[in-house]
Amino acid sequence: MNPYEAPTPPTLPSLDRRDFLRLTSVASGGLILGSFLKSTGDLKAAEIAKTAPAGDFTPNAFIRLGVDGSITLIAPRPDSGQGVKTSLPMLLAEDLEAPWQSVTVQMADLNAIYGSQAAGGSTSTPTFYSLLRQLGTTARIMLIEAAAQNWGVPASECVAEAAVVHHRASKRSLAYRDLVAKAATLPVPDAKKAILKDPKDFKLLGRRISGVDNQKIVTGQNLFGLDFKLPGMAYAMYEKCPVFGGKVVSANLDRIKTLPGVKDAFILEGTSDLRGLMPGVAIIADSTWAALSARRQLKIVWNEGSHANDSWDNFTQQAQALAAKGTGNVVRKDGDIDAAFAVATKTVEGTYSYPFISHANLEPQNCTARVSADHAEIWAPSQNPGAGADMVNKVLGIPKANITVHILRAGGGFGRRLSADFVIEAAAISQKAGVPVKLTWTREDDLRHDHFRPGGFHFLKGGVDASGKITAWRNHTVLFAGGLSADEFPSRFIPNHLGLSSVIDNSMPMGPWRAPGSCVFAFVYQSFIDELAHAAGRDPLAVRLEILGDHGTVPGTGERGTPYNAARMKAVVKLVAEKSGWGKKLPRGQGQGIAFHFSHRGYIAQVAEVTVSKTGELRVDRVVCVADVGSQIVNLSGAENQVEGSIVDGLSAAWRQELNIERGRIVEANLAEYQLLRMPDAPRKIECHFLQSDNPPTGLGEPVLPPLAPAVANAIFAATGKRIRQLPFSKTDISWS
Amino acid sequence: MAKFTLQVNGQSRTVDVAPETPLLWVLRDHLELVGTKFGCGIGQCRACTVHIGGQPVQACMTPVSGVGRKPVVTIEGLSSDGTHPLQKAWCELDVAQCGYCQAGQLMTASALLADNPKPTDEDIDNAMAGNLCRCGTYLRIRAGIHRAAELATASNSKEASK
Repeated sequence: MNPYEAPTPPTLPSLDRRDFLRLTSVASGGLILGSFLKSTGDLKAAEIAKTAPAGDFTPNAFIRLGVDGSITLIAPRPDSGQGVKTSLPMLLAEDLEAPWQSVTVQMADLNAIYGSQAAGGSTSTPTFYSLLRQLGTTARIMLIEAAAQNWGVPASECVAEAAVVHHRASKRSLAYRDLVAKAATLPVPDAKKAILKDPKDFKLLGRRISGVDNQKIVTGQNLFGLDFKLPGMAYAMYEKCPVFGGKVVSANLDRIKTLPGVKDAFILEGTSDLRGLMPGVAIIADSTWAALSARRQLKIVWNEGSHANDSWDNFTQQAQALAAKGTGNVVRKDGDIDAAFAVATKTVEGTYSYPFISHANLEPQNCTARVSADHAEIWAPSQNPGAGADMVNKVLGIPKANITVHILRAGGGFGRRLSADFVIEAAAISQKAGVPVKLTWTREDDLRHDHFRPGGFHFLKGGVDASGKITAWRNHTVLFAGGLSADEFPSRFIPNHLGLSSVIDNSMPMGPWRAPGSCVFAFVYQSFIDELAHAAGRDPLAVRLEILGDHGTVPGTGERGTPYNAARMKAVVKLVAEKSGWGKKLPRGQGQGIAFHFSHRGYIAQVAEVTVSKTGELRVDRVVCVADVGSQIVNLSGAENQVEGSIVDGLSAAWRQELNIERGRIVEANLAEYQLLRMPDAPRKIECHFLQSDNPPTGLGEPVLPPLAPAVANAIFAATGKRIRQLPFSKTDISWS
Repeated sequence: MAKFTLQVNGQSRTVDVAPETPLLWVLRDHLELVGTKFGCGIGQCRACTVHIGGQPVQACMTPVSGVGRKPVVTIEGLSSDGTHPLQKAWCELDVAQCGYCQAGQLMTASALLADNPKPTDEDIDNAMAGNLCRCGTYLRIRAGIHRAAELATASNSKEASK
């Protein structure tokens, strides 16, 4: 997985052969999402109805209406705080005409019937928006049909509202509960042909709906992965080599086994997959504290491998040497860069860099597993339960059909829980120990064995012509993995552009971190555009609008390229300027900064206003955000939460977060050294505006984060004249006099 | 191992554990009170905040042997039925994102309101600065505390007018 690129989880069901045959026989052709729709109807008999009480109405795998009046909606994807356990069932409820307060939401287990259950890449809304509305609609059509048959009137004369079907002409009504038995006997209509509600008739979508787990959260009920407990379960800890890829030579297991509460201790050989089952030592005990106490006595001799001398300093030197050579993989070449620089009236050169950081989910990684030689049952706070099953299948050789994965609420995701390392560790330990185990990572494990957001270096040179227009852009990117997109903005918008890419030799485990790639690239490019605007003596807003020009939609490059709708971006930039009062006069020490970024199908612009004291203390007074994520917000409260959270998270990551690397290992141990943002440093005010455009609704977990860091960095420059080219901000002295 | 009898949420609970066991793990592993969360183990995130003798304390740093007879209140005991003004405000304003830190936030906030029923933004920032929220719900936490203060005032004046 490229850690600089958004994961694009497949939307197709992953199936074993038996399911595959059954599905293809009903779908007669390719397994496209449309046929998945049809198949959900056909599969219900085999998969869902067997668990549903007799007489219930289960028109598809997502909806169950009971004769008792209960309405159960399935949440297909894991919730780690992005709100899909609430927003996706809302889509079902809207078109089903089910009053939200009467609905019970049930979290799905891993099941091919739900398609991809990976909650990543801000894909849940675009994947499910129409699909779930279609499924809600077909159920409603069947309930209306049942009532119409009952009354002997045409279905077209009946309407459904708040779980009741009405025939206004004869003033007759029947509640859904009284139609369940009849509806269950009717054929399921083709969902793709269902006529969906007009958005002007929405009763639920677009409103502020409080999260379905909120009552449990505020009363401390058993809910999260780490809260889960099985009868007869043991508590496991697992220690891995601090140098990535290191192997166990020996450990004082005999001594550990004598310690209070310890049931077993053993070495797992593991695999060479840096993001899979790494080698290590497991301790199994009768409580978390017994396992943790015993672990403190653990002495392991490691073979640290060939990367035991890696360090951030060493990586920096490699990057500088690669940049000095001036060669690299040519990612993009437009126009004539040399000619453009030759006639440029102003040129600016700058090196930007950012460190490795952690996801730092507040709930450390954990998983409960009950695994035998050929069966596995997993309870995981995962963003990607399918990846866990795949890895258990691959590493432990357990047939997919014998693997059950239950999805538990996760205390933060941000991409970390798309990985399955914690799942395979728990499963392998349970299998070897012969008992069910709950594996708990400590904060130190979590920080030092993250699948990190990689650091990177950008060696930039830009040129402006006599009219102040940016005409030349040279970018040598030195990263920790290859495969860069050729379309990263301002690609396609600067006539003379050279993009080079080089890769640093390393063995760091890396993974997607909220808005992968974008979360750092936006900082670099939106800051450097600002530098060029100031070098030309021009308004940073005007320069941005000029770059976007009148382009409309610019096509992507190559097969994987992404089109860029410059008109949508221009609209959010203009609106954010208006809403923020861009260009207002501020005293020295205060400033406004602007930035925009397109990622995960969302067009986002932000203006930050900051105050910097003479001694260099930063305060973010206000952030104004305009987001175009399509025509419809699903849950307004959840959407605003994602905007506010992304802005705070973006500031937290940019301000102080940094992992240092020495002797091949992470230096920081815990949250005393690794500093997350706290309440007093949060922006004093966040204003969020959704520009609802005529485009399909898309996700909000990620795209709002990238513009925050450059908006704040640009505001700091406006306030102080100090340009920040390195993350975290805390490394740059921004005092002024 | 040793026996300790704790007063938790108004009940007497006896556990047989190593004396240095942090209260956090006694609550979670031995008393089935999993609302109190593990985040860092060194008192930096305060997801494990409980009240001991009415004061907010980090359960991950408190050995069970040090608790004695002082009453312990966890998130499960903040109210009998989930209707503490803070709990109501949190649901009304949809404060949580992942929700993992919120038990600790609520326990710190309830101690603040007990001391200071009408806190200012600055009072709130000072009181809450120790509690991390990785999802970044700080603005809603601040709003939630103000809202709870309002709800508490409204219900107090209702009580008084009876």
